[in-house]
Amino acid sequence: MLMTIEPEKLRPGNPMVAPRPALPRDKASAPAERGQSAVSTRELSIFFGQNQVLKQVNLEVSAKAVTAIIGPSGCGKSTFLRALNRMHDLVPIARVQGQVRLFGEDIYGPQVEAVQIRRRIGMVFQKYNPFPTMSIGDNVTVGLRLNGLSKRAALTERTEQALTMAALWDEVKDRLDAPAVSLSGGQQQRLCIARALAVQPEVILMDEPASALDPLATARIEDLILELKKNYTIIIVTHNMQQAARISDETAFFYLGQLVEFGATSKLFTNPSKKQTEDYVTGRFG
Amino acid sequence: MAHFDQELSALRNLLLTMASHAEAAVRQAVDAVINRDYDLAMQVRGGDVAIDRFEVEVDEMAIRLLSKAPLAGDLRLIAVTMKISQNLERVGDEATKIAKRARDLSQEAPLKLIVPIPKIAELALQMLHTSLDAFVNQDAAAARALIPQDKVVDALNKEVHRQLANQMIENPETIARCLNFMVVAKSLERIADHAKNVAEEVVFLCEAEDIRHSGKTNAAALSKPAEGSA
Repeated sequence: MLMTIEPEKLRPGNPMVAPRPALPRDKASAPAERGQSAVSTRELSIFFGQNQVLKQVNLEVSAKAVTAIIGPSGCGKSTFLRALNRMHDLVPIARVQGQVRLFGEDIYGPQVEAVQIRRRIGMVFQKYNPFPTMSIGDNVTVGLRLNGLSKRAALTERTEQALTMAALWDEVKDRLDAPAVSLSGGQQQRLCIARALAVQPEVILMDEPASALDPLATARIEDLILELKKNYTIIIVTHNMQQAARISDETAFFYLGQLVEFGATSKLFTNPSKKQTEDYVTGRFG
Repeated sequence: MAHFDQELSALRNLLLTMASHAEAAVRQAVDAVINRDYDLAMQVRGGDVAIDRFEVEVDEMAIRLLSKAPLAGDLRLIAVTMKISQNLERVGDEATKIAKRARDLSQEAPLKLIVPIPKIAELALQMLHTSLDAFVNQDAAAARALIPQDKVVDALNKEVHRQLANQMIENPETIARCLNFMVVAKSLERIADHAKNVAEEVVFLCEAEDIRHSGKTNAAALSKPAEGSA
C-alpha cells in the first residue's frame, strides 16, 4: 500500500496534529532472531521538493546481522538510511512514500511518534558528534535522561553497560567527568556508539562511521560492529567496499536512487549478478 | 586503460608466456621419447627452471594485485591465475619426468612400441592447449566440453599399463624400458589432469561456479545409502 507522509504534520510540536501515543515496545515479545526480518521497506520513495532521490526501494534487512549500503555519491544511500528512523521528518521539503516496517510495525503509521522510533533505531554519523559541553558520562546518559530516567544508580549502571559494549569502558572509566572532546577521534566515535546503545535500541544505523578515522581506529570500530551484531541489527552506509566486505553479511548496491542489487556480501563482491554492480565494485564505473 | 587494468593484463600475459613454455616442454619431451633424442631430452630438463621461475613471478605479481583489494571478476581472475600457474608448474615437472625417461630410453636398444603412447600424448597436449585457449577467450563452454576427455586419457593410460605389463611378463629383458614407458604414460595422464584443472578454473573465472570434484561429490551422494534403509 502506498502512503504519503508530510513531515511537517508529523512533528510533535505541530499544533495542527493531536499528540499521538508512542509505538509501544513489546517487552514481552521474544528477542529478535538472526535471519528474522528486522527492517523492511516497501516501495519506499523519497522526494526533496520535486526531486525524487529514492525510487521504490524494496529491501529486507535481517535481524542481528550487518547490512551494508554501498553506491557512488548521490545514489541515495544516506537518504535511504535516514528514512529508516524518520530523520527526514526534520526536513520541511522532504516527502516519504511507501512503507518502512520495524519488526512488522509501520514506523510511519499514524499512531507512531518519530521520537520513539529514533529511540528504537539509533544512529551514528560520519563525523563523531558528542555534545561538546558535556562530560563523557553525561554524553552516554543524555538520551536516558531525556527519556525520563533519573535514578543515579540506574544511570551509572547503564553508562557502564553502554561504554563496555562500545569497547570504551576500560579507557574512560576513571575520567567519566572529563569533557567528551578530550577523547581521541576514534574514542569520540565509540562514545557516540555508546550514546546510541544506552537507550537500548533494536537497530543501529551507521552513516560512514569510520570514514574520518585512521586505520587503527577504523579496525576498532569494525571489531565493535562485529561484536554488536550479536545483539543488534546494524545497517551501515560505507564508501569503503573492503570495509563492507569485512564486516557485513548482506550488501545493497544503490545507484541513481534505485536499489540495483541486494544479496549476500560474499556473493555480491565475488560474483555480482548485475553488470552495474560489477562495474562499481571493480572501479570501472561510468 | 586504467593502471589496474594494465597490471591485470600484464599478469594475464605473464601466465600465457608461462603456458607457452610449459606446452613447449611437453611437446619436446614427447618428441624426445618418440625420436629417442637425448639432446632434446636434456634441453627440456634444463628448461624446467624457467617454468619454476615463472610460477614465482606470477605469484608475486598476483599478491601485489591482491593487496589492492580487487573484487568480483578481477578477484576471480587473480585467484584463478595463481591456480593455473601452479598447474602449469606441475605440467613442467611432468615434462621433466618424461624427458628423464626419454634420456634413459635413448641410451637403450629401441623397443618396438605397440602401446598407444603417441595417442595419449596427442590427447594430453590437445587438452592442455584447449584449456589455455579457453582461458584466453574466457570460454566456459569450451572448458566444460574439455573435461570429459580426461576419462579418455585415463582409460588409455590403463590400457598402456596393461599392455606393458603383459610385455614385461612375455619378455623380461624389456622390463626396464617398459617401466620407463609406464612412467611416460602416467606423466601424460597427469598432464591431462592438470589441463582438466585449468578448464575447471576457467569455468570458475567465467561463471563463478566451483565445479571441482563435482563428479566425485555426485558419485558419493549416489552411492550413499538412503537414511533408514537397511
